[in-house]
Amino acid sequence: MPFALAFALLAAQPVADAAPQEDPSTIDWEKEFGVEKKVRDPVTGELPVDPYTQSPANAGATPFNGESMAKAFGGQDGIRKIVGRLVDLSETDPRISDIFKNQDTVRLRRTLSEQFCYLLDAGCTYTGRDMKSSHKDLGVTRADLNALVENLQQAMREAKVPFPAQNRLLAKLAPMDRDIVER
Amino acid sequence: MAVAGLALATTAHADPLLDGGKLVLTNGISTLEGASGGGLASWATIAGMETDRGVGVSAHLTGIELADYGWQSHGVSVGIKDRIELSYARQNFDTRKVGAALGLGEGYRFNQDIFGAKVRLVGDTVYGSPLLPQISVGVQHKRSLDGAIVRAVGAASSEGTDFTASATKLVLSKSVLVNATARLTNANQFGLLGFGGPNQAGRTLQFEGSVAYMLTPRLVIGGEYRTRPSNLAIAREDDAHDLFVAWAFTRNATLTAAYADVGSVATFDGQRGGLVSLQFAF
Repeated sequence: MPFALAFALLAAQPVADAAPQEDPSTIDWEKEFGVEKKVRDPVTGELPVDPYTQSPANAGATPFNGESMAKAFGGQDGIRKIVGRLVDLSETDPRISDIFKNQDTVRLRRTLSEQFCYLLDAGCTYTGRDMKSSHKDLGVTRADLNALVENLQQAMREAKVPFPAQNRLLAKLAPMDRDIVER
Repeated sequence: MAVAGLALATTAHADPLLDGGKLVLTNGISTLEGASGGGLASWATIAGMETDRGVGVSAHLTGIELADYGWQSHGVSVGIKDRIELSYARQNFDTRKVGAALGLGEGYRFNQDIFGAKVRLVGDTVYGSPLLPQISVGVQHKRSLDGAIVRAVGAASSEGTDFTASATKLVLSKSVLVNATARLTNANQFGLLGFGGPNQAGRTLQFEGSVAYMLTPRLVIGGEYRTRPSNLAIAREDDAHDLFVAWAFTRNATLTAAYADVGSVATFDGQRGGLVSLQFAF
């Protein structure tokens, strides 16, 4: 179809102006505009990110001590499922789904699971970026953050995490708002 | 044409005026005086479901059945950018049989209008440092509609203005919300019996405290205590307290039931009973 349209357009041109023109459909627009193509890692499925310094401090809070919180969240498997559900809910939430478009949610699922797992003392190292740089230019508002909190609450409720334990995790996350809310 | 298209796109992506993005119950419950809070105590919360980029509105209807009186309050409030709250409430206090005993006539009603404004100075109830509460200051201008009678019972004025300073924080690690409010007031029985009196004409510093426990994101139980001046010579006034349960049965509607005790009112002691309040907020 695009070829037929191009042909029709060409045919409509006066003969005198029919200088050889490049067919627009063959132009590599990403190259023309200097778009850097990112290729997913064949093993992890993640897109590459600019280099940064890894540190547990990037998780943005100090972890709990002891096993009780990890247990309340169902250990590493439970945490991965809750984070997966949170991302699924948020990607389909009309209030905030736009924020997740064009984002590497494969990487997000891993790093967010690591962060929760680290904070809940469930035996993980957090390898992601700090909260400020990982949310840079996402344009997150207070209302967006509240919507995410509600989705997290739903995911934790569905996983039968006791409500006081839910709030104890939220207590670790709530002070991070200053690095996340941009506008 | 391109400019028009751009303008249209910008409009399409602008925040809605009523953004409704606040976390459920963090707008508080309308107090009897119209300001958002815990029902009895004014909190640092801002009414309405808006966040810092929108406008919110709320309306409440509250009824209290006391031992000898019927008390009813209704009102509306507007929250602007989770920063400024403007409120209006009307209180109607039915003296029922006591009205006859007091020589006012059975079923005599005391009424007052309350115009309120509150501004959030710093902090957030939920977010930010756990050590920094949301702090607001407020003003409540009250006008008794029974000027001749409240002056006859000894009130210095039928109009008065309260000043409040509140700090509110949801301590997430404990699932507990704590509020403390200081109020400068000379209101007698919230202003229903006028302002000031033979015992004390001017404002005195009073305290309001609330503690609430979150059972779920939409169900909270708590208690409140409010000290009050006793300005009138002819009738003692006691501190007030309540125990409440608030249930946000939808994002926009909250039902509150409480046991409330306001002590002695117009010489009739032991005024306690049930409170039911319905609030809609957008």
